[in-house]
Amino acid sequence: MSFINYKTVNKNNTTYLYCYGSWRVNTIDKVEKNLLKLKISNKLVIDAKEIKELDSSGALLLFLVQKNALESGVNAEIVNLTPKQERLLEIIKSNFIQESKPFKVKEDFLADIGRSTVDVIKYLIEFIGFIGELFIRTLDIFKKPRNFRIKETVYFIQSTGINALPIIGMTSFLVGVVIAYQTIVQLSKFGADIFVVDASSISIARELGPMITAIVVAGRSASSFTAEIGAMKLTEEIDAMKTMGFMPFFFLVIPRVTALVIALPILIFFSDIVGIFGSMIATNAQIGLSFDIFINRLYEVLALKHYVIGILKGPFFAIIIALIGVFHGLRVSQDTESIGKETTQSVVNAIFFVIVCDALFSVIFTELGI
Amino acid sequence: MKSVIKVENLVTKFGSKVVHNGVNLDVKEGQIYAILGESGSGKSVLVKEIIMLLKPTAGDIYIFGKNIKNLTSKEVQKLKQEWGVLFQFGALFTSLSVANNIAFLLKEYTKLSKKMINYIIDEKLEMVGLDASVKYLYPHELSGGMIKRAALARTLALDPKLLFLDEPTSGLDPVGARGFDELISNLRDILDLTIVMITHDLDTIHNIVDEMSILADQKVVAEGTLEEILKSDHPFVQKFFKNEYVNKRLKNV
Ligand SMILES: Nc1ncnc2c1ncn2[C@@H]1O[C@H](COP(=O)(O)OP(=O)(O)O)[C@@H](O)[C@H]1O
Ligand SMILES: [Mg+2]
Repeated sequence: MSFINYKTVNKNNTTYLYCYGSWRVNTIDKVEKNLLKLKISNKLVIDAKEIKELDSSGALLLFLVQKNALESGVNAEIVNLTPKQERLLEIIKSNFIQESKPFKVKEDFLADIGRSTVDVIKYLIEFIGFIGELFIRTLDIFKKPRNFRIKETVYFIQSTGINALPIIGMTSFLVGVVIAYQTIVQLSKFGADIFVVDASSISIARELGPMITAIVVAGRSASSFTAEIGAMKLTEEIDAMKTMGFMPFFFLVIPRVTALVIALPILIFFSDIVGIFGSMIATNAQIGLSFDIFINRLYEVLALKHYVIGILKGPFFAIIIALIGVFHGLRVSQDTESIGKETTQSVVNAIFFVIVCDALFSVIFTELGI
Repeated sequence: MKSVIKVENLVTKFGSKVVHNGVNLDVKEGQIYAILGESGSGKSVLVKEIIMLLKPTAGDIYIFGKNIKNLTSKEVQKLKQEWGVLFQFGALFTSLSVANNIAFLLKEYTKLSKKMINYIIDEKLEMVGLDASVKYLYPHELSGGMIKRAALARTLALDPKLLFLDEPTSGLDPVGARGFDELISNLRDILDLTIVMITHDLDTIHNIVDEMSILADQKVVAEGTLEEILKSDHPFVQKFFKNEYVNKRLKNV
């Protein structure tokens, strides 16, 4: 079978290296290290007579052994090759490069820090530029409404809004249940059970509804925007579009942003209802508060402003999510790996900036006393 | 000469669509063998069946004399190290540098030292006519022709006995394409390769192909050397080889 071996014999002040068997890439690994360390003090003769099979890597190894010997000032030759093997060796020789640097380039730690810092700054500058372009293109649309793609927009309302209803419904319901449960446990210590309605409904309408919705949508849509646009970038579809004179902004960006700006407030509205419904069920199960009483109390405590504030956040969150999703999609470079990287980043950044934005709103509304 | 690939009565259906209906062909050791046919005639599907990416609906394929239906998974694994496939668009791993693309198989299937692997990488790159500095680059930094060459270098990493090439010269400039032909023919001579290629390139067919088969009407309608093929009066052969442009170029056949 495929074996490889060699034997060294010293004779007449000459070292003979007898080679046997199959010198192939998957067999030479057993002897390669020893052969490359071979020390010869006099003359070296490599006898290839018994080599059954020689492939290019095997020939390369023979050549390296010869070369090492020659470099240490020893006369070395390879004998008894078949004409074909001779030719192979010839080609190996002619293709050999003297200085071969190893192919793994190690990065400097400081260089790494520097590069990441520059990357972050570049990212911010690019993103601001992107927002600027979006602004100008949006103005263009007002000037020339024909550029607004209604069909695409409707499609994205469907895929980002309507298709998200089940998961948002489930999440909101569960959060509503949990909030009510936890609140009741605390409030019942004071015998103030009825305030569970205030606590859960206001927190859901003002904060939790919009947040849950935005986070779910960021996970669903920011990622899909990035992946869709990234894949188009990879297959040069976007370049093709540009050469045809179509603005990727009108086709890819504005429909997605518009769709999300429309869909997100509606989703928040839906999330509020389901969340409060969840609280109502939980309250009923826990302390037996009837639905009638819950709803009456709701009328008294849940002022319209809480609701409106929650829903008003929708368009802002939508713009953040859609912009980040699309922006990362356009950042995909030429390799498939970057789609994964950009998608992860777009979801993480979208959620992060949604939370930052929500915190800003909290401060502003509190300062305004709303 | 020994037969390396033998396809017998191969039938392929996708649903009700019949792609092959009784395909027979025979590739001998050391040959450069071409598969020709119109777009959609099932050339790629045929090659995919031979390299076990697709299962034929019926029929037998023998590689190195063994029916691939009866191979154990161990034998399949071994066989896969003995052939190399060059995909039409290279199919380099985009997340790896050229060097790591080539090293991939070497690291996976051998225990060679880093140093030796590095020597082999340089050797292969030179062999396919790329500068050794290309090894630090990533696939997206290469041109189409460079990708093909780098992919060929990766294919050659394990010194396969059998090479499959899908349209090796498509997308190359004419000079590059002839260089590629020469390279393939040289590799065949030096490394005792058997090469199966899908091609539309008349110059390739003329310069380096030993035998070919013409796929049409779900069958091989002609098989043999260029001279033998030219005797066929099948419409595809007529259209492909016997127009004026070709007559001028193949005058000396
Ligand atoms: N996975 C598949 N499913 C269904 N049909 C296929 C599949 N792959 C190929 N085909 C069909 O088989 C035919 C042959 O395809 P292919 O072998 O790619 O042609 P070509 O000769 O141009 O390489 C085509 O009509 C194609 O539509
Ligand atoms: Mg094809």
